[in-house]
Amino acid sequence: MRRFLAQWCGLLRAGDVFVALAGLLVCVYALLSLWRGGAPDGAVVRAGGKVVAEVDLARERFIEVPGPLGVTIIEIQPGRARVASDPGPRQYCVRQGWLTQAGAVAICAPNQVSLSLTGRAADYDSLNY
Amino acid sequence: MTPSTIELVPTREDRRIARHAAAAIVLTVAEAAIPLPLPGIKPGLANIVTLVVLARWGWREAVWVSLLRVLAGSLLLGQFLAPGFFLSLSGALASLLVLGLAMHLPRRWFGPVSHSILAAFAHIGAQLLVARLWLVPHDGVFYLLPVFALAAVVFGLANGLVAARLLRELSPAAAPQGRGAEPH
Repeated sequence: MRRFLAQWCGLLRAGDVFVALAGLLVCVYALLSLWRGGAPDGAVVRAGGKVVAEVDLARERFIEVPGPLGVTIIEIQPGRARVASDPGPRQYCVRQGWLTQAGAVAICAPNQVSLSLTGRAADYDSLNY
Repeated sequence: MTPSTIELVPTREDRRIARHAAAAIVLTVAEAAIPLPLPGIKPGLANIVTLVVLARWGWREAVWVSLLRVLAGSLLLGQFLAPGFFLSLSGALASLLVLGLAMHLPRRWFGPVSHSILAAFAHIGAQLLVARLWLVPHDGVFYLLPVFALAAVVFGLANGLVAARLLRELSPAAAPQGRGAEPH
């Protein structure tokens, strides 16, 4: 058996081993980047029940959403989003911090603004804290 | 029957291409009989022939053998002009392009195994692209990428090793006087 294996290994050259390992690396990379569950790919902002913005999470930006109490500021960063500031009295949605999973929702009830993350493979329909 | 006015004289090269293509077609048909766990994952045994032809007779002949194999193989399996045919064709074309580049890598370090794995990746890459653009217009096809990539490494390695073995067994006797000693 060992002679058999050695015979086949003798056909490999240094670069071949390198290429095979690089191929395996591509596999692992593809596995990790494509099969992570619940990664969000977009954010939906609603005010007063109506969708006011639907954005992807590719680049950094701020969205200002007017509500009955004032302006709620949503901050988008690659792969995550949060309510940066809100005129509401208890600040629940602000203190929720960064939302990073598809299906996660931050609701600023007094100002009637909500931020939710969407994704192809959401693990949950809705996530609240 | 009236004698044909056109006479085609096959050259030695033509016969060699035909013989290699025939071997590749046999492997394609035989491979179709192997049950496989996932659609789209095949060992691609016929590529062993392409690799051997590439190493012994150059890129141009490898292109002929590979494309003839795709054409005739699909005709035999009833796949001609079906989606599977275009997937094979795109994969074969991409592999041939990559093989054309990979064969210029330094021979000392990169053998048929490297060629095989690189070609296998080109194959799945082109197939996924065609599938995404035409057959399944949804990013969901890329979820299969890790599986296909693993298959490319495993089968690329296996095919490359077999090709390297064949080349070693063929080379000492056949390479120098190969052209003359070919049976017809």
